[in-house]
Amino acid sequence: MASTAGTQSAEGLLGAHDAHGPRPVKVRVPKRSASGELRAIKVVWQRELIRFSRDRLRIVTSLVQPFLFLFVLGTGLSHVAAAGTHGVNLKTFVYPGVLCIAVMFTAMFSAASLVWDREFGFLREMMVAPVKRSSLVLGKCFGGATVAGFQGLIVLFLAPLVGIPYGSWIPEVFAIQLALAFAITAFGVMVAARITQMQAFMALMQMVILPMYFLSGALYPVAGLPRWLEILNRVDPLTYAVDPIRRIIFAHLSISDAARRSLDPGVSWWGWHVPAGAEVAVIALLGTVMLSIAIFEFARAE
Amino acid sequence: MFDPAPAVTVNDLVKSYGEVEAVRGIDFEVQRGETFGFLGPNGAGKSTTINMLCTLVRPSGGEALVAGHDVVSERDEVRRNIGLVFQDTTLDGYLTAEQNLRLHAELYGVPRKAVAPRMQQVMEMVGLWERRGSLVNTFSGGMKRRLEIARGLLHSPRVLFLDEPTVGLDPQTRSSIWRYIRELKASEDITIFLTTHYMDEAEYCDRIAIMDQGKIIVLDTPEALKASVGHDRVRIETDDEPATISELRERFNVDATIAEGAVIFGVPEGEHFVPRLFAELDQPIRAVNVSRPSLDDVFMSYTGTTIRDAETDNSDQRRKAAQMMRR
Repeated sequence: MASTAGTQSAEGLLGAHDAHGPRPVKVRVPKRSASGELRAIKVVWQRELIRFSRDRLRIVTSLVQPFLFLFVLGTGLSHVAAAGTHGVNLKTFVYPGVLCIAVMFTAMFSAASLVWDREFGFLREMMVAPVKRSSLVLGKCFGGATVAGFQGLIVLFLAPLVGIPYGSWIPEVFAIQLALAFAITAFGVMVAARITQMQAFMALMQMVILPMYFLSGALYPVAGLPRWLEILNRVDPLTYAVDPIRRIIFAHLSISDAARRSLDPGVSWWGWHVPAGAEVAVIALLGTVMLSIAIFEFARAE
Repeated sequence: MFDPAPAVTVNDLVKSYGEVEAVRGIDFEVQRGETFGFLGPNGAGKSTTINMLCTLVRPSGGEALVAGHDVVSERDEVRRNIGLVFQDTTLDGYLTAEQNLRLHAELYGVPRKAVAPRMQQVMEMVGLWERRGSLVNTFSGGMKRRLEIARGLLHSPRVLFLDEPTVGLDPQTRSSIWRYIRELKASEDITIFLTTHYMDEAEYCDRIAIMDQGKIIVLDTPEALKASVGHDRVRIETDDEPATISELRERFNVDATIAEGAVIFGVPEGEHFVPRLFAELDQPIRAVNVSRPSLDDVFMSYTGTTIRDAETDNSDQRRKAAQMMRR
C-alpha cells in the first residue's frame, strides 16, 4: 500500500508542470525568526485597522459617549457650576476626561472583538499559526491602541469648541491618550483570554469603565475630597491619565491663579505632589503588567 | 529531496477529558503522498485525534509525529508543515478573500515574493480568483469551504488536515470539493488526512481507518475492507422483524439484525439466495434489496451497527464529553 501511495505522489509531482501552465509556486515556510514575528505583529495590527475602517457605524457610535459628556453634560451643568469654576468654562474643565473616555470605549471594543474571533472561529486560525502568542497579543494591543488613538484625535481637534486653542499641547496629550488606549486594550485582551461570552465581557467592561471614569476626577477637582473618595480616586488608574492631560492643557490656558489652584490642584500622595511624568509612568506600568498577563494567558491556552 | 519518513506516526495516543476517554490508545502510520481517511460516526474521537495531530489539543498519553516532528515538544515545527481545514469556518468575514489569505501568508512567513503568485495559484485552484475582492461574509457555505482549502494550502504544507471537509454542504458542492482534493494530489506533493462520516467519501481515500468509541477498529484500503466482508448485503422489509429473524436463523442458518427499520443480513451470492427466500420464508416480504458490500457493511460487520445508528448511541456520550471540555 505504501508503495502505491509513493508512486502516486511522484507522478503527481512530475505531472504538475504540464497540468498547470505556469510552474506551481512552491513555498517553504521559514524557521521562526524575529522578522517573522514582526510580520505577524504587523498583520494582526493591520487587520484591526481594516476592520475598523470598514465599520463606519462603530466610528460614529463610539463618539456618542464623549459628545454626550462634553456638550450635553458640560453645557447643562455649566450654570450650576459657574460659581465654582472661577470663570472657566465647565466644558474646558471636563474636556480632559472626555479625551480619555473617547479612547477607552474604542479600545474596549477592539479587545471585545477577540471574544467574537473566538466565537466565529477566527481565533483558531491565529492560534495554530507558527508564531509566538505574544506576537498575536502585541499586534492586537497595538491595533486597539491605534484605532482608539484615531478616535482620540477626532476629539482632540474639537478643542477650540470648548475654548482651548490648538497648540504644542496636542502631541503631548495625544501621547498620553495612546498610552491609555494601549493599557485599556491590554486590559480587555487579558479579560478576553478568560471570558468567552460577549454579554459577560461587555457587562464586565462597562462595570469597570464607568466607575473608573467617575472616580478619576474627570468631573471634579481631586483636592479636598472626602477621605473615602480620595482613596478610591488615588487607586483609580484613570486618575493618572486625566490629571496630566488637564495639567498640560491648563498650562496653555490664560486663567486666573485662583482658578488654576481650585480646578487643577494635581494629584498628591501623602502630601507629595506627583509629577506628570510619574503619572504617565503609572499608566505605562499598568499597561505593561496587563499585557504580560494577557500574553501569559494566551500562551497557556491550547 | 526524498524524505522516507512517514507523514504521520501515531503510537498509543490517548486523550481523556476527566472520566470520558475520547481517544483510547490508537496506533497508525500515514505514508507520504497518501490520502488517508478517518471514518466513523460523530463522537467516535476523530476530531479529537485530528486536533491532537494539529497541536490544538495536548494528548493525555502516547506520542504522535507529524512530518517527522513531535506534536508536543516540536509544536512549531509541526505547525509550519501542516495546513488545516476545520469543520467550522475560521475565516474573518469582515475581510475580503484576498485579505484573509494575505493575513495567513504573513502569519506563516511565506516569502514576500512568493505571496502574490501563490495566492493566485491556490485561489484559481478552487475557482475563487475572480471573487478575491469580495467580503467573505458574502460567500456561500461552499465558497467559504473552498477558500479555507485554498488558505490551508497557501504555505505548501506537507500534510493537509481536513476535518469533515464536506459536512453541511449540498451534494453538488460536496462533489466539487472532492474534485479539488483529487486535483490537489495531481499538482502538489502533499499528504491528505481527513475525517468523514460519509461512507461514499471514504471510497476516495487510499486507506481508511474505521474509528468507533475512541478506538481504531480496522485499517485498510477500501477495496480490501469491502472484500473482507465476503458477502452481499440483503435487506428485507417485513411486518414482523423479530419473527423474520428467528425464521432466518432456523431455516437458513443466517444471522440477521434490525437496522434502520429493516432486517439486514449478509449471504454469499445474494441474487441466488433471494428466490429461495421468497419460496421458503413464511413471513410476507414487502420489499427486498441486494447490494454488493459497501463501506456501510464494513462498518456494520466490524461494529455490529450501522454508522447512523451508532451516531444516535454516541450522542449522549458526546454531550457528556462536550460538558467536560467546557469545564
